[in-house]
Amino acid sequence: MTKTSPLEQHAGLLRSRMGGAFVGERAVFRGHDLHADLADMDWLALYVFGITGQRYTPAQLKVLHAIWVYTSYPDARIWNNRVAALAGSARSSGNLGVAAALAVSEAEIYGRGIDIRAASFIQRAQQVRASGASLDDCIRDELKQHRAIAGYGRPIAAGDERIVPMMQLIEQQGLADGAHVQTALAVEQHLQAGRWRLRMNYAALTAALTSDMGFTPRQHYQYGFPAFLAGMQPCYIEASAKPAGTLLPLACDNLSYDGPAPRRWQAA
Amino acid sequence: MTATIRTRIWQEEPEPADRFATRAARCRGYDVYGDLLGQARWVDMLWLLFRQDAPTREQASLLEALAVALANPGPRDAAVHAAMCAGVGGSPAAAALMAALAVGAGRHGGAQEVMAAMTCWAQLEALSADVSVQAWVEAWSAMAAPSLAIWPDADHAPGFEPNGVVTPGVVCDALARLAALGGPRLAWLAAHRTAVEAAVGLPLAMSGVAAAALADLGFSPEQGEMLHLLLRLPGAAAHALEQRAGSYKEFPFFALELQDDPRDALLNVPVKEAA
Repeated sequence: MTKTSPLEQHAGLLRSRMGGAFVGERAVFRGHDLHADLADMDWLALYVFGITGQRYTPAQLKVLHAIWVYTSYPDARIWNNRVAALAGSARSSGNLGVAAALAVSEAEIYGRGIDIRAASFIQRAQQVRASGASLDDCIRDELKQHRAIAGYGRPIAAGDERIVPMMQLIEQQGLADGAHVQTALAVEQHLQAGRWRLRMNYAALTAALTSDMGFTPRQHYQYGFPAFLAGMQPCYIEASAKPAGTLLPLACDNLSYDGPAPRRWQAA
Repeated sequence: MTATIRTRIWQEEPEPADRFATRAARCRGYDVYGDLLGQARWVDMLWLLFRQDAPTREQASLLEALAVALANPGPRDAAVHAAMCAGVGGSPAAAALMAALAVGAGRHGGAQEVMAAMTCWAQLEALSADVSVQAWVEAWSAMAAPSLAIWPDADHAPGFEPNGVVTPGVVCDALARLAALGGPRLAWLAAHRTAVEAAVGLPLAMSGVAAAALADLGFSPEQGEMLHLLLRLPGAAAHALEQRAGSYKEFPFFALELQDDPRDALLNVPVKEAA
């Protein structure tokens, strides 16, 4: 153990390469004056610049926008959206409801939890494919570790309605031939040819697209944070406009209890 | 799709005139409002929500003592600091607790660290109760803490303080007091703390004490993660309210050292010499 706390050198001071607010004067964003150098920047372009420090072509930005647009579903039954809607129905604030809904979107079986795994898998598979090796071991390893392949198959449906429009868009934008997109398609073909019968879903395709733009898996995960946001606000708004407490009400007999039978409390 | 929620925890009997109004509610079979209320302690209820049967007197005492130990990590703690950031600006009460939960969820002093340490304890079950310090440390260090990909990599043994140079007195006191209430892991840790710390190379942290206590109480790592999040909220709430009632001018904003300032770049442009 050292004798001086390593925290001493960090006390009372924020050192940052990312930026700062000189309130009343100027703001700096990743080495640029926000109001001079970046003032005309598209918000999403600024958002991904904040994450990766890189700038992207108009075609890439169009696809990055579309990735969010195509998965914005204002359906209050969907678990994360339902949180925003329940907040509205319970007359909580819009910010709290939507912030919680975004937090819920970091799920194991959908959303950010799948995004980061899908990006890691696609990038590993691409390296395997680039080396000329078979995808088979890579797929089997993933199945062995997770019992599923992030980005293939879907929890509550067989197909993925977002794939066709996204494929059309990326073909229009000239982004369909990237190494990671081709790998994602090759994995699907391999799964179809084998006994797994899993179709590529949106998570694999979007992870492949940002991987082709140079995103790391964690950068892909951070980029995806607002992906469902546009669909959440309508859920909150509609539930707020209806009588309080009327969203998906559950009656006592909607609880199916299979725990211990009624008993009396005996204080220990 | 079904509108039924399956549960082993909670049963509600409807009022005959309105199936949305509860006549009686039972938790694990106990009538909450007609029997438990006024007889059971809060920790009894907390226990019942997580466990099938009521706690023994010793289990309830240990859980209550742990709740006292965790109730307020203090305003220096990152989770409480986050809650105070909400309070000082007048953010909603829920935002203060959400901030404390988000920051207190992590792998450094937070619920994920407690969960990782409890997973290590669970995997050490196979080792005998009188395990040597060397065997314990080897097993502890060899276990890659399970983690969803969303969590950043752990960079230290769970339950120990990577920035620590001494074992804080509050950690020693908490360990001693909780160990006195029972539990084989707490007792082992209290007996071997200095040797374990020397072998790990880091001082024990409060998360390590909490993990041992929660494991001794028989909670799963997932239950321990939830309880750690829950039991640390009272202090976050109180400090958020305290800052809300005060002035933001008295809340630290800290100095900034900007390491990539475009003004510096402008100042460093070489000036052409006059012809």
